[in-house]
Amino acid sequence: MKINWFKYSAPMNFYPLAGKLIPLFWILAIALIALGLYWGFFKTADVLSDQKQYYRIIYVHVASAWMAMWLYAVMVAWAMVGLVFNTRLSFMMASATAITGTVMTVIALATGAIWGKTSWGTWWDWDPKLTSFLILLFVYIGYIALQSAIDDVRRSDKASALLALVGLALVPIIYYAVNCPDPNECASLHQESSLERVESNILIAMLITTLGFWMYSFATILMRVRTIILERERNTSWVSKLKEFNN
Amino acid sequence: MFSAFLLILKRDLLLAMRRRSEIFTVLFFFIVVISLFPLGISTEDQLLKQIAPGVVWVAALLASTLALDRLFSDDYEDGTLEQMTLTPVSLPIVVLAKMIAHWLLTGLPLVLISPLVGLFYHLPFESIKVMMLVLLLGTPVLSMLGAIAAALTLGLRGGGVLVSLLVLPLYIPVLVYGAGAISTSMVEGLSIQPYVLLLSAFMLLAIIFSPWATAAAIKISIE
Repeated sequence: MKINWFKYSAPMNFYPLAGKLIPLFWILAIALIALGLYWGFFKTADVLSDQKQYYRIIYVHVASAWMAMWLYAVMVAWAMVGLVFNTRLSFMMASATAITGTVMTVIALATGAIWGKTSWGTWWDWDPKLTSFLILLFVYIGYIALQSAIDDVRRSDKASALLALVGLALVPIIYYAVNCPDPNECASLHQESSLERVESNILIAMLITTLGFWMYSFATILMRVRTIILERERNTSWVSKLKEFNN
Repeated sequence: MFSAFLLILKRDLLLAMRRRSEIFTVLFFFIVVISLFPLGISTEDQLLKQIAPGVVWVAALLASTLALDRLFSDDYEDGTLEQMTLTPVSLPIVVLAKMIAHWLLTGLPLVLISPLVGLFYHLPFESIKVMMLVLLLGTPVLSMLGAIAAALTLGLRGGGVLVSLLVLPLYIPVLVYGAGAISTSMVEGLSIQPYVLLLSAFMLLAIIFSPWATAAAIKISIE
């Protein structure tokens, strides 16, 4: 059997496929987030070490923070695929991913601030993780700003893809600089991941919520891609034949 | 190839020398920004020493992003840049020459004027030397990273502000270690060597990679 690997890289074929997948991802997203939050709120202890109920913001906070970082990788991957294979759809995926990634970063920062107020007593602290996320937000915004500043679609796709690649190359250096501003005494990074010390019920709830956020990201990215496809391909014959527009 | 490199370097320097005021504009911007901080915060001796490293670097970042606008835009507007991409000389070499010319015109003057900042902020002589050294290592990185963003935003409306938005987050490592070195030099018994080594590493990486990235960006922009 011969497989045509590039069949769905044509917007014409991808558009209906995305349309079919979106409801599926919405259902999964709502079910998983509901399950994860239910588990997190009713199956776990009311007090976590010295923190009371308010530690439960962790489910939203960690899930959005993980998605924010993951979506940056996804965005760069699509941008790279676009630069290598010169497929239009990859660039559209990259730009659709950027918006959802930005939203996730904002959610992570906002929930982090609320959690910080309750547990540290301050909305903001120049802690390495917070600073890294602020910079991630700046990088996302730079990408979106460049893309929307260029009118020519081809140039804006490629230019923002290149910017995303440069960003990816520099992100480890920036992360290191933020984590270790003093190279004279930088044996270890400040905050180590404490996942293995987390109680299993909390961990399960966190992972399920994260999966739910992931499905939500799929759904919104696909919806946005469909809009971008329609916007860019509005003059093609297949769009004019879509039954949405022929009622 | 080397002759082409020298030719472009000389040409850019000559063009800038014909319009010397622009070099001074960047330089005075740097000085003005630096002298605003004591007025806005406090003229107290100890506080000034503390904020000096950060202020110098933030002013240097802002001055160099402002100057970026001029790196390619004139050549882009009159079509010279397009002709440069058509020459048999590889584009990264051309770009490297332009970057170095740009640094000589906007980065080096900042390094040379920086002792003045030391006087403004009552820095000890040791720290002034360190400040000149780290500015010498750091400002080329600013020009080179900035060149990528300048090439990406060629000919766009509101390009200047956009360039700042794109590059300022990328300048953070240089800011952190550049300012860190100056602060460390004011503390007895701490070595500034790690800072200097890291900044040198950034500079070498920038020299190697940024001409290629900038050349790719130019090709995208004038396509």
